[in-house]
Amino acid sequence: MKVSNAKWAERLDGEMPESLAREVDIFETELTLRKQGKVDERLIAETRLRRGVYGQRYDNGQRHNGKAVQSFTYPSGSLTKGPSTMWDAPGMQRIKIPAGGLNAGQLETLAELAEEYSDGIAHVTTRQDVQLHYVHIEDTPTVMRRLAAARITTREACGNSVRNVTACPYAGVCQDQAFDVTPYSKAMSKFLLGHPDCQNFGRKFKPSFSGCSQHACGLASMHDLGLIAVTRVENGKEKRGFETYVGGGLGAVPYQAKLFDAFVPPDEILPLAQSIARVFAARGEKKNRSRARIKFLIQDLGIEKFRELVLEERKNLPHDPRWTELVADAETFEETPLRPGGMAPLLGTEAFQRWVKNNTRPQRQQGYVVVTIALPLGDITANQLRSLADIARRFTNETIRATVEQNIVLRWISQADLVEVHKALDAAGLAQPGAGTIVDVVTCPGTDTCKLGISSSRGLSAELRKRLNEKSFELDESVQGLHIKVSGCFNSCGQHHVADMGFYGVSRKMSGYAVPHFQVVLGGEWENNGQSYGLPVIAIPSKNIPEVVSRLTGRFAGSRRNGESFKDFIKRTGKVELKRMLEDLARPPADPSDRSYFRDWGDPREYGLQDMGIGECAGEVVSPVDFELAAAERELFEAQVAWEGGQIEQAGATAYQSMLRAAKALVKIETQAVSDDPGQIVREFRARFYDTQKFFDPFAGGKFAQYLFTAQEKSGEAATQDSARYLIDEAQLFIDAAHSCYNRIATPVSV
Amino acid sequence: MGNHVIQQQIQMQHVNVKLILQNHAASDLEPLIPVFHEWIQDQPSGELLLDIADYRHVPAGPGVVLIGHEGDYSVDNTDDRLGVRYNRKAALEGSNEDRLKQAARAALHACRRLEEDPRLGLELRFGGQEIEIFINDRLLAPNSDATRDAADPEIRAFAQKLFRGNDYSVTYESDRRKLFKAVLKSAKPFSAAELLESLG
Repeated sequence: MKVSNAKWAERLDGEMPESLAREVDIFETELTLRKQGKVDERLIAETRLRRGVYGQRYDNGQRHNGKAVQSFTYPSGSLTKGPSTMWDAPGMQRIKIPAGGLNAGQLETLAELAEEYSDGIAHVTTRQDVQLHYVHIEDTPTVMRRLAAARITTREACGNSVRNVTACPYAGVCQDQAFDVTPYSKAMSKFLLGHPDCQNFGRKFKPSFSGCSQHACGLASMHDLGLIAVTRVENGKEKRGFETYVGGGLGAVPYQAKLFDAFVPPDEILPLAQSIARVFAARGEKKNRSRARIKFLIQDLGIEKFRELVLEERKNLPHDPRWTELVADAETFEETPLRPGGMAPLLGTEAFQRWVKNNTRPQRQQGYVVVTIALPLGDITANQLRSLADIARRFTNETIRATVEQNIVLRWISQADLVEVHKALDAAGLAQPGAGTIVDVVTCPGTDTCKLGISSSRGLSAELRKRLNEKSFELDESVQGLHIKVSGCFNSCGQHHVADMGFYGVSRKMSGYAVPHFQVVLGGEWENNGQSYGLPVIAIPSKNIPEVVSRLTGRFAGSRRNGESFKDFIKRTGKVELKRMLEDLARPPADPSDRSYFRDWGDPREYGLQDMGIGECAGEVVSPVDFELAAAERELFEAQVAWEGGQIEQAGATAYQSMLRAAKALVKIETQAVSDDPGQIVREFRARFYDTQKFFDPFAGGKFAQYLFTAQEKSGEAATQDSARYLIDEAQLFIDAAHSCYNRIATPVSV
Repeated sequence: MGNHVIQQQIQMQHVNVKLILQNHAASDLEPLIPVFHEWIQDQPSGELLLDIADYRHVPAGPGVVLIGHEGDYSVDNTDDRLGVRYNRKAALEGSNEDRLKQAARAALHACRRLEEDPRLGLELRFGGQEIEIFINDRLLAPNSDATRDAADPEIRAFAQKLFRGNDYSVTYESDRRKLFKAVLKSAKPFSAAELLESLG
């Protein structure tokens, strides 16, 4: 789209690392070939994904505009950049930032790109990436060249590849770390980038490093490969190593990572990662995407067998000198301050004191703090990026990191400079207090730009931020430290499973209309590297979620016992009472003319109105399918309660029963001739809803139906705590999908 | 001959025009969202309008952006100065004057539609005097003295025509890292309709 695209390669000649320049040239040629019809659309899709060029909502050329589905006619006509993905439709460019590390010049480059190719905003993600939205595909090679000149690559930012290697943003300056994981994370990033053993995965692979086990800054427990720094004494000398976990992941059904090895020496982490990659590439699922993450391979094989295969692979691995070269200087790696350390000011304005309280954190190095810049919904403007670059140059040696909470931290701020730093940040609109508190809501893009979004996670998060900010100073101290995370769908990009209060988007019918809802997920844990996951309690209309937060926080503050954590409060209160507390919020509005329920936050379009007719409220008419799906939800709830009570067999059996009930409800739309026999229900469901693809999610395909089929296959097997837990999560997703399927059949909705 | 060479050196593509609003200090932009949704339904500008990006939560940010294929429309709050902004994304044939006019017309038409929309009350009204012009391409127009020298005669000629020969001032963005920007300020206030008329 930009007139200057053709000239940038020449302008930047010599400024880009040769390998990156060559890669971008190849990518540009591939785009040209696609325009000439010489490259298949599936191939160009994976090609661009591996360079971080992602699709965006409505890129099939259609959008429901509130009245009808509207088709867009683009200048490039029917040319596509992937199946059902129009060439000219704006897309997203994901930019990998290894360990979240940035310097001032890179911030300035991001600012330029946000202005010239996007909408003026750079978005920090929950994996320390930066995303630009609404980018035209023909601008992407120039974006990549300008990034390459700033020593940033987008290679393997998406696609079935090794994604950004994340790391604790406090590594090196944290009081509680075993040692600084930064150089090791960067070594792994460099080693695995474009590695031949990492080019044949069935799905993505996400590594992460943490400096300690007790904080969540690196989230090692929810990664495909998680490495936690540990030390041990050998022959009187302290040795570095990594407690290494594999097979964690959120996604639709969250899996805790399994311990692979309690102590992997630094010079073994790269060959170990390579060996794991080889096993994953050779044995991981390739056809069924919904079972293709490494967590499923480990679940199927068992951790012992997986470990055995990896160690066997390790034995046969041809030696690579980079295994040791890349980590050779790690022990001497050290960041340095720009300015001498100092004492924190004792006085300051009220705003300054509030900011100091949550937005600064003492470093292990005396006299210095880490300053957190709380970015609303992870968004930062081009002007703010430039201001931040100035501040980083003025007060630090450009020691900047993006965080998994969608913020940015400045490390090595002398305490003596805090007043001036606050002043400079405030002038740039970057001194919002409350970093890491309840107001600092984390969210994925949701229906704003993501093709998979079901509900408006950003709309909800903005509303929650606004309301919580208004009363943040009145909130009880115990409430201020809670974490809220919101995902627009079940895929967990907002990390809702590891929040005190998590929400993910689902759709439900109320009064005959499709209504945006959020499933309320409670009891997750952010601390301890995100070590325990929350469970869904109840689906609530989007518009009532702020009230959910208000009730839960009020109850917590009012009934908290002796420093009890929110997770413990949720456990003590129990699912039954929690549901009772919230279930009135799940009911249709008392006033049927109140249309606000049928719209999402920040989006005035009504769901489903086009087919039902304005003013036609069928609120009193509840179909048998609605009743049966509600009954399935009830059974699933009972399964959750049983699981919490340690009745594992019963939990598994009830969860399976809830899936059967939901499947039967759908089957009965087409035929009443179905018994309670599981075999018949599954057969009928398969023939009528799976083989016909009526049950298929627009993006997840038949994934959720597979949960039912697998549950039936395994229905005779004894349940374990883990397997029952997974089955409960899968049953929830199956029932959510049954609701969606029924909504599509009854009220076609384009979301 | 000299002028001809300079004009060849700067190609004003991807022109942005921002009309600074009367009430530029603060405004609730929520009512704007259904209005922009309606523009997508009706496609009134002759350009393909696609989506809405809501950045009301970002201080001094892009506000609410109506994403289009040829150009984006927004009520933009960059630098804490609220204005109706048009960001031309697609290349345009013609002269620099043609491209300046196209972007200005697009912004002025959008501003008029917003001013006339009863859902917005009197909140969004053009201040009548200040217009910012950006060239959103650092390779074509780096924010340098050379660009300013090359662009200045055409920008002044454009301002002369726009403000119908009335007094005006032109100032330029001094931060070299920012986009090339000229701020035109008329001594006399004009309505959006009058400025559209000026452009013919």
